[in-house]
Amino acid sequence: MSEKNYSNSEIQLVAFKLGREEYSVSILQVQEIKRITDITRVPHTPDYIKGVINLRGSVLPVIDLKKRLNLPQQAPTEDTRIIIVKVDELSVGMIVDAVSEVMTINQEDIDAPDVVVGNVASNYLSGVGKLENRLLILLNLEEIIGAGQEAKIV
Amino acid sequence: MDTNQYMGMFLEESREHLQTLNSCVLDLENDPENLSVLSEIFRSAHTIKGMSATMGFTTIAELTHEMENILDLLRKGQLKASHDIIDTIFKCVDTLEQLVESVATNNESSIDSKPLIVRLKALAKGESVLPAVEKTVIKAAASEISTIELSDTEIAVIKKARAQGMQAYEVQISLREGCLLKSARSYMVMNALDEIGEVIKSIPVVEELEKENFALTFQVIVVSGSEADKIQQAVLSISEIDKAVALPCVLPADSSGQTITEKPVEQASKVQDEHAKTANVAVAAQTTVEKKNRSGQSVRVDIDKLDTLLNLVGELVINKTRLEQIGLTHKLTDLVETIEQMDRVTTDLQAVVMKVRMVPVGQVFNRFPRMVRDLSRDLNKEINLIIQGEETELDRTVIDEIGDPLVHLLRNSIDHGIEHPDERQEKGKNPIGEVRLIARHEGNNVIIMVEDDGKGINADVIKNIAVKKGLISQAEADAMDVNDAVRLVFLPGFSTAEVVTDVSGRGVGMDAVKNKIESLGGMVDVETKINEGSKFKIRLPLTLAIIQALLVKVSEEIYAIPLGSIDSTINITPADIKTVQNKEVILIRGQIIPIVRLANVLTVPETEQEQPEELFVVIVHIGEQRAGVIVDNLIGQQEIVIKSLGKLLAGIKVIAGATILGNGQVALIIDIGSLIQ
Repeated sequence: MSEKNYSNSEIQLVAFKLGREEYSVSILQVQEIKRITDITRVPHTPDYIKGVINLRGSVLPVIDLKKRLNLPQQAPTEDTRIIIVKVDELSVGMIVDAVSEVMTINQEDIDAPDVVVGNVASNYLSGVGKLENRLLILLNLEEIIGAGQEAKIV
Repeated sequence: MDTNQYMGMFLEESREHLQTLNSCVLDLENDPENLSVLSEIFRSAHTIKGMSATMGFTTIAELTHEMENILDLLRKGQLKASHDIIDTIFKCVDTLEQLVESVATNNESSIDSKPLIVRLKALAKGESVLPAVEKTVIKAAASEISTIELSDTEIAVIKKARAQGMQAYEVQISLREGCLLKSARSYMVMNALDEIGEVIKSIPVVEELEKENFALTFQVIVVSGSEADKIQQAVLSISEIDKAVALPCVLPADSSGQTITEKPVEQASKVQDEHAKTANVAVAAQTTVEKKNRSGQSVRVDIDKLDTLLNLVGELVINKTRLEQIGLTHKLTDLVETIEQMDRVTTDLQAVVMKVRMVPVGQVFNRFPRMVRDLSRDLNKEINLIIQGEETELDRTVIDEIGDPLVHLLRNSIDHGIEHPDERQEKGKNPIGEVRLIARHEGNNVIIMVEDDGKGINADVIKNIAVKKGLISQAEADAMDVNDAVRLVFLPGFSTAEVVTDVSGRGVGMDAVKNKIESLGGMVDVETKINEGSKFKIRLPLTLAIIQALLVKVSEEIYAIPLGSIDSTINITPADIKTVQNKEVILIRGQIIPIVRLANVLTVPETEQEQPEELFVVIVHIGEQRAGVIVDNLIGQQEIVIKSLGKLLAGIKVIAGATILGNGQVALIIDIGSLIQ
């Protein structure tokens, strides 16, 4: 999301919560947001793969995003949602604690990820957005669910 | 002329006709006198010629034209179908195949058909000069006729037909303006007329029609037992036909007395002769027309569309099951009743969609006789290929994939299995080896077998090679029985051929065969007896999309086990489980069966539960291997739609896929093959 010209430098993000921190992904990657449903556990997969769900007749894998990012666990609440994202033709669900809003942010207000060091490995991040007094962590979905992960599962 | 939109049709039909040519020429080789086979060959060649000329592929048209000349001579009995000629025809077919494929890939040119054409011409001249003369005579005669003037022969045919209560019609056909494939249309008209009667003449002559040397109208004289209306309708049913008028033919004899029928005896006998010939050809034509009819009623559909249709039906089945459960939980009798009806409809629908995707294996088998013939010649072996059950139907996707493995198996049988004729004679066998290719149904599976009566596979030799190649250890080899040893041929990197031949022996064959078959959800096994032959048995599922499965519960999770691999279900007590060499087994009807605890294999989270007094065991099998799978509960049998787990979760052990249950939940399907191994 860096090579956009100035006149078109605003991007739209879907912001959501993981624990107390606020994260976001580009709205172009989000297909839909679902309440938590029955998730079928799949054996012999990494622990961050929560299982599979039925999304209108197709079977989608669901990732426990907090486990993937090594964040502390907590039980699902009323606000827990599954965000369905599409990355490289691959649809995947991500469990988040709550979806907060869709917001517009200026490219200039996004810093490179190495500036801040949170609990999350920096290759999973694509930047940090500053918005008034909030900090929005932009996730690098390609790295989180991308094809590079296949080898680890098998 | 923009012929691009007809390209697909042209390619597909050409390939079909080439296939027919291949198998018919083979038949002809075995039975050179068979006129009906010759006629079919002629027809196919003729169609290819017509189509390619229309599409502007002159090389193909030229070659088929020369081929036709030879075929014509054969048909007239002026040439004998010698080895030389058959070989040349085969070469033509091969070259045509290459030409057609080069058209498909858009790079013509590199293939030179000239030498073949020269050879064809030489063959035609070498035996007889007569036909050329005759041809010119006929041509001359044809061009003389401007309107409808009938030759004596034709008049005689018409008279004879009248005597049999049939009528001759003069059919005037006009094509719609802007009709692109004029020759194709005229060919279809001829075909249609051939079906209801016999075409005895056309103006202009057929060759001219094919070259599109006519404006928009042409005339045909046809003898038929049907009425004029019927004939008109038959022609009008073909698209792009503007008008068709059938009028009873008026013979000159009708008005001017009996002069023509009272011809000299000499002439009459000639007519008789001619007529006998045409009748002969007509009979042959009839049979092929009948065949054509059956396939003529079909529609070509893109396989993708069928896949979509199948998916949609799958969705429908899922939703139906869901409705069923809603009806049951809320006790809605009306809904349940309606759903029962719907159930019947969906079941039928599903069956029909499945059937639509089914294709007879003959489509694959068809190309083998030719292959076997060529191979046996190359290897100096005499082989009789027997094909059975080519009408057995399989899902289209399976058909597309099964060709290569079968080629491998056949090549292996011919190269390694069947001995040279003199060697066979020494052994007291028939010098002609026999290779059988058999397909048949067996439950929800299709079995395809490749059998030969060759030298069989020597288990000791196999063991030695496997040990030498480091595939197994000597100790393992010693412990193996004959069947296990023979199965070693499926190991990667195994080849027994001492000399790597062009045919087989690169050591990739059997391994690839096994992988391919397994990727299709099938299995391959081998049986052999020294000096009696070997038998490769492939077991394939009928379809890949919807299966019957048993739903089982393990702790709180639901899994589906494909019914095809289930033998039975039994109840046992924990005391029935014995331990042999640290492995749990049970004894059923005198057979020792290893036990698999599904909860352990699937790492199901343990729940606080007392040891149950009764255990449910599902006895499953893959080939000859059996195992008992312990589950917590049996839910029931259900039809399930197989869904893939997607790229991210591909290749998980023990899980073959997923399905969606009536309540919308996802259940995983157990892969019995990897569970047992």
